[in-house]
Amino acid sequence: MKIYSLLLLPLLSSLLLLSSTVATAEQIIINGAGATFPYPIYTKWFSEFGKLNSTIQFNYQPIGSGGGVKQLLKETVDFAASDTPIKEDEKKSAPWPILHIPTVVGSVVMVYNIPELENSKSKEKLQLDGTCLAAIYLGKISKWNDPLLQKQNPKLVLPNKDILVIRRSDGSGTTEIFTSYLSASDTTWNSSPGSGKSIAWPTGIGAKGNDGITTMVKQSPYSIGYVEYAYAVSNALATASLKSGDNNYTAPSIASMSSAASSIGNIDSKDLQSGDLKKLSLLSQKGGKGVAAYPMSSFTYILLPLPKTPNAKLIALKQFLKWAINDGQSMAAKLDYAPIPKELAQKISEQLK
Amino acid sequence: MNKILFWNEEKIGISLIKIVVVLLILFICTMILLLVHMSLPAIKVFGLSFITNSEWNPVEEVFGAWPFIYGTLVTSFLALLLATPFGVFSALFISDICPLRFKGILSTLVDLIASIPSIVFGMWGLFFLAPFVRDHLAPLLREIPLSGPLFSGPCFGISILSASMILAIMILPTISSLTREIFNAVPTTYKEAALAIGATNFEKIKLSLLRPSLVGIIGALGLALARAIGETMAVVMLIGNTPQVVLSLLAPGATMASILANEYAEASSTLHLASLCYIAVILFAITMIVNFLARILIRVLSPKW
Repeated sequence: MKIYSLLLLPLLSSLLLLSSTVATAEQIIINGAGATFPYPIYTKWFSEFGKLNSTIQFNYQPIGSGGGVKQLLKETVDFAASDTPIKEDEKKSAPWPILHIPTVVGSVVMVYNIPELENSKSKEKLQLDGTCLAAIYLGKISKWNDPLLQKQNPKLVLPNKDILVIRRSDGSGTTEIFTSYLSASDTTWNSSPGSGKSIAWPTGIGAKGNDGITTMVKQSPYSIGYVEYAYAVSNALATASLKSGDNNYTAPSIASMSSAASSIGNIDSKDLQSGDLKKLSLLSQKGGKGVAAYPMSSFTYILLPLPKTPNAKLIALKQFLKWAINDGQSMAAKLDYAPIPKELAQKISEQLK
Repeated sequence: MNKILFWNEEKIGISLIKIVVVLLILFICTMILLLVHMSLPAIKVFGLSFITNSEWNPVEEVFGAWPFIYGTLVTSFLALLLATPFGVFSALFISDICPLRFKGILSTLVDLIASIPSIVFGMWGLFFLAPFVRDHLAPLLREIPLSGPLFSGPCFGISILSASMILAIMILPTISSLTREIFNAVPTTYKEAALAIGATNFEKIKLSLLRPSLVGIIGALGLALARAIGETMAVVMLIGNTPQVVLSLLAPGATMASILANEYAEASSTLHLASLCYIAVILFAITMIVNFLARILIRVLSPKW
């Protein structure tokens, strides 16, 4: 008979464990899931906000933007985080309106590994425009000393070597921002392969995740890849300056990312509900305040469902978001994100009442 | 009293075993059913041509599995080809040639490979194997006469070959330890008989170890192949994730498991998700076919007396 009681033991203990987690009342636990990109700043915010409001607890799973939206629509989480606004058909299948709250500005940067440039004394950076970058990722430009590339970099001596093109193998918001930039600046790219979280790449080698690309670029001479700004900074990789439209070549920095965000037009509650990319996109911004805009910048969003009868969780979430887009913004730069413009924060705060 | 207790135990014990087995079968069946159900939209749109179509374009929503099937078959068979001699010979050495006191250490070392997580193999492959293939192995392989398109094109280290090599290392312990068990199961009298009729040491191995173990070794290889087909993480990191069908082993490729790992989390359109599930169904089918073929081979080769 002993053997049966042994079998029962884990069952009983797990039941006990379950009941003990349910028993903690008064606490509001808010579940979220989604983008990996803002995960560091969100974790920071959750812990800082938790210090101010000890009754509100957050649980966030960085499973990727797409996964977050899916979970939100299945109502298994209270909010989702996404690097891109949600799609039309997803919006239609949602039982409630969804508000897009821009939380911080991030950017995708081009990292490269050209030993000749690393070793040279001048600190000149590689300069690229959208058409040129598209040509590299289309496989049309295959050598570093291609006349097109050389023309944009008169101060650099580029080597006669094959370009190793590196891109994401996994579906990712980073890829979507990168390919949207290429689509916006090159008609050939726009017609095919186009833009999206995963696309049919004409050339190159696929690496998984930002860390995969970082590793591959670091150890492969004559390679180029795209990663989120924070990865380039923490790994001290060389980054290219980008040009968009009539703007000058602009290096990625917190200032140039902020500048891109500061020149967006008027955003009202409708735009936040529709997630209209024409208004929210930072790709072709002119920039303001004397600093040029870095073109491959983007907002990242928290998707807030707005049911007809607000519950305690929603009230708590709104309270958190209001804090995050105002007081929380000062923590952004340290973690390599740019804060959202003050005017925008004010407008969103009104929406969150 | 005692008798009733015994009867109870007997009944409960046997039915417990039965219940667990039924649950297991149910579990596998629901898994297949669910996969097929989830892939229905893709099956409706593409039908069986999905298997032979080689375009994979999530933007245009055109999906075909052929590059992934090709990549999976090439990498896993190449891995098996590379791992078999190492696996079988290491098992031979440990069970027959190695001095007794090193036996334990050596077999533990080989078995230890099996407990290394996939991601560690991937990291090691990315940092050491890929640059090694790029700088040393690829130039060497190109020198082989008549290799033709097998080793053509530029090589960046991230390639079908690197993925196959890492897979070979990963399936080596499966082959080695299973084969060792098979060798140990051969009755000692066989060896004694071989030596008694004047066989040399090598003849003894050939006649009294390899010959009677052949069927068992093929079974072990079948299991190893199934593991290679399903392996994901290390392959994702080393294969270059490019869905294409090329002869060159130095070019990047993609496998069924790698595309699932790469695109499943962020696939938002119904057709994309369904196509990925369809690939999972095919992967399931291929693993079953490989197991089935190994069984047939065993039946054909089994000594009949």
